[in-house]
Amino acid sequence: MDDLIVEFITETNESLEELDMDLVNLEKNPNDADLLGKIFRLVHTIKGTCGFLSLPRLEKVAHHAENVLGKFRDGVLDVIPDYVTLIFESIDQIKYIVGEIEETGSEPDGDDSGLIAKLDAAHEGKVLLDDGTYKGDAPSEASAEKKTKAAPTQERNVAPGDATEDELEAAFANTPGMDGIANPSDDAPKQERNVAPGDATEDELEAAFANAPGMDGIANPSDSDSADDAPAKQERNVAPGDATEDELEAAFANAPGMDGIAPPSDTPSAPKKKEPKPEQDKKPATSKPKTTQTLRVNVDVLEELMTMVSELVLTRNQLLQILRAQGETEFSTPLQRLSHVVSDLQEGVMKTRMQPVGNAWSKLPRIIRDLSLDLDKKIELVMTGNETELDRQVLEMIKDPLTHMVRNSGDHGIEIPADRIAAGKPETGTIRLDAFHEGGHIIIRISDDGKGLSIDKIKEKIFQNGLATQEEIDEMPMQQIHQFIFAAGFSTAAAVTSVSGRGVGMDVVRTNIEKIGGAIELKSEEGKGSTFTIKIPLTLAIVSALVVEAGGERFAIPQLAVRELVMVSEHGDNRVEYIKGAPIFRLRDRLLPLVSLSNLLGLSEKKILQQEGVIEKAEVDVKTEAKGETDSEKTAQSVEEAEADSQETKASSSDDPRENNNLYLVITEVGGYEFGIIVDRVFDTEEIVVKPVAEMLKGLTLFSGNTILGDGSVIMILDPNGIANATGNVASTEDLNAMQGQDEHTSTSQKKTSLLLFTTGDKTPKAVPLALVARLENIKTKDIEYSSGQMTVQYRGALMPLIPFNSSITIEDDSDKPVLVFADKDQSLGIIVEEIVDIMEEHLDIQLSTQTSGLLGSAIINGIATDIVDINHFLRNANHDWFKDHDDTPYNSATDGGNEAAKTRLLLVDDSAFFRNMLTPLLSMAGYDVTSLEAPSEALKMCEDGVFFDVIVSDIEMPDMNGFEFAQQVKQGDGKWANIPMIALSSHATPQDIERGMQVGFTDYVAKFDKDTLLSALSQTLTKN
Amino acid sequence: MADVEEDEALRRLSEDFLTINVGNQMFGIPVLQVQDVLREQPVTRIPLASSEVAGSLNLRGRIVTAIDVRRCLSMSDRDECQSSMSVVVEHNEELFSLVIDNVGEVLRLKKNDFEKNPGTLDPAWRDISTGIFQLEENLLIIMDVSKLLENIKV
Repeated sequence: MDDLIVEFITETNESLEELDMDLVNLEKNPNDADLLGKIFRLVHTIKGTCGFLSLPRLEKVAHHAENVLGKFRDGVLDVIPDYVTLIFESIDQIKYIVGEIEETGSEPDGDDSGLIAKLDAAHEGKVLLDDGTYKGDAPSEASAEKKTKAAPTQERNVAPGDATEDELEAAFANTPGMDGIANPSDDAPKQERNVAPGDATEDELEAAFANAPGMDGIANPSDSDSADDAPAKQERNVAPGDATEDELEAAFANAPGMDGIAPPSDTPSAPKKKEPKPEQDKKPATSKPKTTQTLRVNVDVLEELMTMVSELVLTRNQLLQILRAQGETEFSTPLQRLSHVVSDLQEGVMKTRMQPVGNAWSKLPRIIRDLSLDLDKKIELVMTGNETELDRQVLEMIKDPLTHMVRNSGDHGIEIPADRIAAGKPETGTIRLDAFHEGGHIIIRISDDGKGLSIDKIKEKIFQNGLATQEEIDEMPMQQIHQFIFAAGFSTAAAVTSVSGRGVGMDVVRTNIEKIGGAIELKSEEGKGSTFTIKIPLTLAIVSALVVEAGGERFAIPQLAVRELVMVSEHGDNRVEYIKGAPIFRLRDRLLPLVSLSNLLGLSEKKILQQEGVIEKAEVDVKTEAKGETDSEKTAQSVEEAEADSQETKASSSDDPRENNNLYLVITEVGGYEFGIIVDRVFDTEEIVVKPVAEMLKGLTLFSGNTILGDGSVIMILDPNGIANATGNVASTEDLNAMQGQDEHTSTSQKKTSLLLFTTGDKTPKAVPLALVARLENIKTKDIEYSSGQMTVQYRGALMPLIPFNSSITIEDDSDKPVLVFADKDQSLGIIVEEIVDIMEEHLDIQLSTQTSGLLGSAIINGIATDIVDINHFLRNANHDWFKDHDDTPYNSATDGGNEAAKTRLLLVDDSAFFRNMLTPLLSMAGYDVTSLEAPSEALKMCEDGVFFDVIVSDIEMPDMNGFEFAQQVKQGDGKWANIPMIALSSHATPQDIERGMQVGFTDYVAKFDKDTLLSALSQTLTKN
Repeated sequence: MADVEEDEALRRLSEDFLTINVGNQMFGIPVLQVQDVLREQPVTRIPLASSEVAGSLNLRGRIVTAIDVRRCLSMSDRDECQSSMSVVVEHNEELFSLVIDNVGEVLRLKKNDFEKNPGTLDPAWRDISTGIFQLEENLLIIMDVSKLLENIKV
């Protein structure tokens, strides 16, 4: 059922229940203005909501009731007991219909003309009786009349909850007509019980006696009923209320009922009466809980609870801290238990405030539907992430902005079908709404594939509104121009439509979002569409945070933003490298920009992060500004340490972790942008209660709050967004996103590879996949030594052979030369180049192959023809047994090295020529008999042809058929290759990917550039098999 | 009875001030504004905050921003060996701990003795004080705590 309707029903039922209490008072005091007002408001609300929800029947009843109630409320009409009955009847009817809707999701069939007639009569100040006469007329026609006058009886009978009112009514016994139907109305409680679960309380008592006789009445339908009553009962069969509920029943019950007022009452009533029974049995089980499950609690109460739980968590943390210091004590166990309970409590309380974001969206499809009708556009609304939960208050705050923005997208963004077709787009425009968690935030993205923002129009408007001069506008980057749509009173819609364009849109949206600590970003491309990204903090008071130290101070980083932690040391594989002074870290096959927290915060760095020979040195940022005693001590210490470190670097490569010259990288992700924060130490994670910083510190965007740690000290909470912003990488974040977005589309055919560009003396720049390069070093030419004619250098306590890239590289005395270091196990090789130019992400498309040894071919990189270097060529030249003396030599090949026939046959499937070219020689050298193919389809053909391999290495991202599908095809059925082990090779090795890979039959999953792992995985796999 | 009335009259005519010492100057803070007097407290530095902000500290579960009054008054920093004390005040529903050299005593001063700041007073100081009481030995500058805190640049 529609969420909106569920909400409506819950609310209405609550109000109705509340009203039940007061109704008794109305009886006593029919002209109680407060009460009448209350009923009026309820009915009015129901009417209003019904219109919105398309519930015409309920709306009609409510509408007519409202008319009458309005008169009562205004005192135009006196509330006489008859009217009280009428009010009851109306409310009961509303209850009944609401109950039906709750049951079936739609209004029951039937009509309420009888009730409405009465209401209309009341509106005119008359009292229409059940028998169709006005009060004061003689009601003596009685039974004969009744047969023909179906309507009045009908509505009376179906009215659920009649029992109560009948009870009262009986007491009043105002009209003789009432008595006539007293009998049938006994059945009512049974019915109404089914459909209106909310009535329980009031009905409970009633049920005790009303139900029982009601049942009896059913058992022998005709015993007490006179001939006159029979028709009344039949009418009940076709009564509006029953129809939906007993759809089937109506089919046959109706038929005889219609033409068969004449037939004996037994036939129609017998089947009917059997059915309600089972229904009665099952209904309470299914529908009752629906209403009782929710409970309205004042938000203030929850807020208070939250605060108290927060304090409790803090105290718990303090206790745990003490406990940790104490070691084993008798308190350990109870404290652990307490800790768990507190955690659960915290979670529970937090949950009370969470609501799925879908709640804020539920109205949108309707709005879009109406909008597309109004504007003659075809719009599809796609929503994902409905279930993403966020704080109720936050939800309330974003409801309106979201509606605004979706409307805007529909109104301004999506073009009319004709325009769309002209622009070569599908006729139907799409508005996407995505919600997801990211980096401790909820991201809501609204994107459309419409016409995008018109830069020229915005520029014009900026100028018109005097927000900037023409010169300024001309110089503005696009992003900045876009920002103007958030300015107040800024609307570029040529005409003010009924939908939007009143200029109250985006500035209000922005203000609302910023009010809750969120941010809104806009990206738009003319002709392609716009994307708004709203980032909202979870604003959960308690978060899990990682406590780190930098510059002698501790800080908390929200755990949600932290992807992973990496320890880096001066030497070894995990090292910080510098490009033009900017620290960079290679995380698997990706380059990660780094930012030093102490630098960023203006604290002194604990130690130097550089290494002898690295392209550029980091500057030690020793701030001389006055600091506390401890700090200056630390600073002094850090300088000493730094010096010691750099000396040590030269001396030996021995790493002593105890010396604490390790740094930590907190790999953080903000809005798809990953970067590393360099910190000195990493402590524990702690549950912290985010407290807002003092007003005067609000300007510090690097902090999102502060908190008190378990040990009682105050700590600042870092805002990863702030840090990302401070590193000036916001723009590139978006670019990155855009790139990733494109990647998704094109990744199958065009993968990007990080390439290191360098020059070698001649004009053509050279490129090598960055991932193959272990390190970049600057080697002093005077340090170059010769051993048996081979250029070498002492490098990390060992001799490293050096090869000039080509003869045009001159080795002058006393200069520095950049060297690309390739490492494999304990061996390394340096290739001397002229200059390191850049690192680029490019699609590697080798266009010209070459015969020149050492080159794979040429590709266009950054618009320049660039030679792609065949590193294997150099490695082979430098060291013949390169890659050979692994302890993970392939199965077979080591033992039967000379025996060609015994060579392990390996099938390599990769769509990228580059990788095939790179891996084939590498694998061949490692002793495999390599067959490389471009597409899985070719491989499958070979399979059919009966070619056999010992192992298959397959790429994952390939056009046409990806690796997963390929593996499935190979493994499934009685394929000839079903038993061949397969190893997946991918640049994306997320746990999910690996999981999926395992599922489809891959034996192992290896990151693309990790040749060591590949070789050992191959070796292992083959040994196993 | 008479005593009480007299007391009441006196209260109406006078005000209590807590005297504090910053540098060589004595200041007074209306005693009703003072929430707490603290000994030297460990303070967490807040990087990038303006220099007047000494840091933050935990006062019975509430986070209090510590303000170095010497810096607010453009005085030289305390010697490292010199201890400090703090006066906790509330401003705009937030707590601040004013770090000062030390706390003197509580004085009940007649409102009659209160005088406006002399025009020659350093404008920065004039800005943060409401006026001056003449004591026998020296002058007591009454500190306008709100002004002091508001003047701190965000």
